[in-house]
Amino acid sequence: MTMIQALRSAMDVMLARDDNVVIYGQDVGYFGGVFRCTDGLQAKYGKSRVFDAPISEGGIVGTAVGMAAYGLRPVVEIQFADYFYPASDQIVSEAARLRYRSAGDFTASMTIRMPCGGGIYGGQTHSQSPEAMFTHVCGLRTVMPSNPYDAKGLLISAIENDDPVIFLEPKRLYNGPFDGHHDKPVVPWSQHKLGEVPEGYYTVPLDSASVFRPGQDLTVITYGTMVFVSEAAALETGIDAEIIDLRSIWPLDLDTIVNSVKKTGRCVVVHEATRTSGFGAELVALVQEHCFYHLEAPIERVTGWDTPYPHAQEWAYFPGPDRVGAAFKRAMEAA
Amino acid sequence: MSQSKPLSLHVPEPTGRPGCKTDFSYLRVSAAGAVPRPQVDVSPSETGEIASALIRVLDEHGNALGPWAPDASDELLRFGLRTMMKTRIFDARMVIAQRKKKISFYMTSLGEEALGTAQALALQDGDMCFPTYRQQSLLMAREVPLKEMICQLLSNECDPLKGRQLPVMYSVRRAGFFTISGNLATQFVQAVGWGMASAIKGDTKIASGWIGDGATAESDFATALTFAHVYQAPVILNVVNNQWAISTFQALAGGESVTFAARGVGAGIASLRVDGNDFLAVYAASRWAAERARSNLGPTLIEWVTYRAGPHSTSDDPSKYRPADDWTNFPLGDPVARLRRHLTSRGLWSDEEHDATHKALEAEVAAAQKEAESHGTLGHGTGPSAASMFEDVYKEMPEHLRVQRQQLGV
Repeated sequence: MTMIQALRSAMDVMLARDDNVVIYGQDVGYFGGVFRCTDGLQAKYGKSRVFDAPISEGGIVGTAVGMAAYGLRPVVEIQFADYFYPASDQIVSEAARLRYRSAGDFTASMTIRMPCGGGIYGGQTHSQSPEAMFTHVCGLRTVMPSNPYDAKGLLISAIENDDPVIFLEPKRLYNGPFDGHHDKPVVPWSQHKLGEVPEGYYTVPLDSASVFRPGQDLTVITYGTMVFVSEAAALETGIDAEIIDLRSIWPLDLDTIVNSVKKTGRCVVVHEATRTSGFGAELVALVQEHCFYHLEAPIERVTGWDTPYPHAQEWAYFPGPDRVGAAFKRAMEAA
Repeated sequence: MSQSKPLSLHVPEPTGRPGCKTDFSYLRVSAAGAVPRPQVDVSPSETGEIASALIRVLDEHGNALGPWAPDASDELLRFGLRTMMKTRIFDARMVIAQRKKKISFYMTSLGEEALGTAQALALQDGDMCFPTYRQQSLLMAREVPLKEMICQLLSNECDPLKGRQLPVMYSVRRAGFFTISGNLATQFVQAVGWGMASAIKGDTKIASGWIGDGATAESDFATALTFAHVYQAPVILNVVNNQWAISTFQALAGGESVTFAARGVGAGIASLRVDGNDFLAVYAASRWAAERARSNLGPTLIEWVTYRAGPHSTSDDPSKYRPADDWTNFPLGDPVARLRRHLTSRGLWSDEEHDATHKALEAEVAAAQKEAESHGTLGHGTGPSAASMFEDVYKEMPEHLRVQRQQLGV
């Protein structure tokens, strides 16, 4: 399966398993989504389970909070992560705090899917990676898969989870893995082992990172598209990097990170999002705090620049394998 | 060369400022009994005239007039009066508690007691209200124990919200009272979503959303109307126009030369404009809207015209921005006095009963307060445990919160 098919399969499975699951968003119903992630679901489950919504992110998330308070398990879509901002109040002030402020009287068991990330000539408003906007909010879970197998298993876990989950989908990975070499043809998921996805129900647990590539020289902490960019950088530099795919960005799997950095003594954090106050800063702080006496080099960060996401300068902005590889070398060469 | 005169910015002002008298002629008041009562399946576009008129039942002598005079039992009306009195007495008592620094903050609903009281009586068990911070009369009508409410106000060891919330931000699911948020208007959309959920499940429950005049300027107001209309959600959308948003007159929220009810008509929602100080009109209009929603005929927007008689909150001094005696000049009067007059004229209430009821309610509130205070007041006695601060952020406490709780040493 592609990541699109895997996500659709997760929603299909959950619509069939739980009568309280409902799916809606802009162009999500009849048309099946601008990325085809919900194609065929309305025809299969009916308009009361899968439906189109007005162009109102605050309305989509706000009604979902009300539905969750009733007892449904809404899975709503924001067409691009770049467009979640109008729903900020409902996400931060309401969904994230419903359980806390009511002492469990009301809960918001809901999933908000958002295609995110760049590398597609999406320009300023079709490329952003706003995960740090969510990881800073107590009460939210923020998740990002990097491949079809994890995408389905994590989405099923997210839908079943009783906390509100922000589910970020790197749209650059929808049809195939991408290592940052934009001048080479894209390989489809059908030729990648992580494109093998079971048809039925299975889960990938939240709060659990995967060691995407085992290694001894240094630890790379990353997620989404940058998992494959980091893999390419390891191959091209010959540095035996251990690549950790966080999968759940926050709350995260600290043990896997700490165990790896204590083993390698070096750490590079990689994400597409802008640098300052990005999630990388939290990762750097955690590694510094928990692995200080094991570190043999300063922790490196490879991220997007502190600029809005440009159009023409796509590949000068996107942290490709050359920039990531250079950071690997710096980390290895440090005293 | 342009012939145009220089443009000027229009900034609405209330007619009455401190030391002046408010000219209430802007209110568009209809005579009691004058506004027709359409069938519940009326087309939203046909409610335009009602949305700019004012549905009233009680005249100045306390007579119930016209097609909106409801079929309400004597007991219901007597309970309504008693509940409004209870709300008012509770409010007054809690303001004193705030002044004595037993609670940090309070907000009264003086003058607006009819709204939550009568609507609660028009709803059924299982319906869910999405209130603002000024619908405590809903809790009074649903007979939520006063001690429980006061413990929330005190943030003490028996606070059902474990000290996490500011006073008055109640949450009482079993009484159909959604958790109050400090962020204005958010619950108006959530009410629509709750109604949609009830429709998705083929349930028969309806939702009741609440918002003030000032908060209609928030984007969630327009959003709620759009979603309620698009999906024909079973919801009553209540706009409490008490003329004031803290210091800001309702004209600055967009009420100049237009009613808030008219917004509903523009969004394709059947809309009523109702005398919010007329208990019978509030009950009748709420019944009408509830029947409409429960019959799957869609949402109703109701603008309740009332007056915020008290300060916005215990942190507010209205004498800085409006006439001190404004409420006594408000053309729609006092909801308690008006229902009292009606019941008295029908022989269902007497001055003796009124005084006795007042006394009994005072004693009831005082006893509840005493009992609540025995479990601590803010900063005195046993409060909610510091360890409980870390609970309920998530369903299960994640590792980082366990660590932080340990760091606090609790």
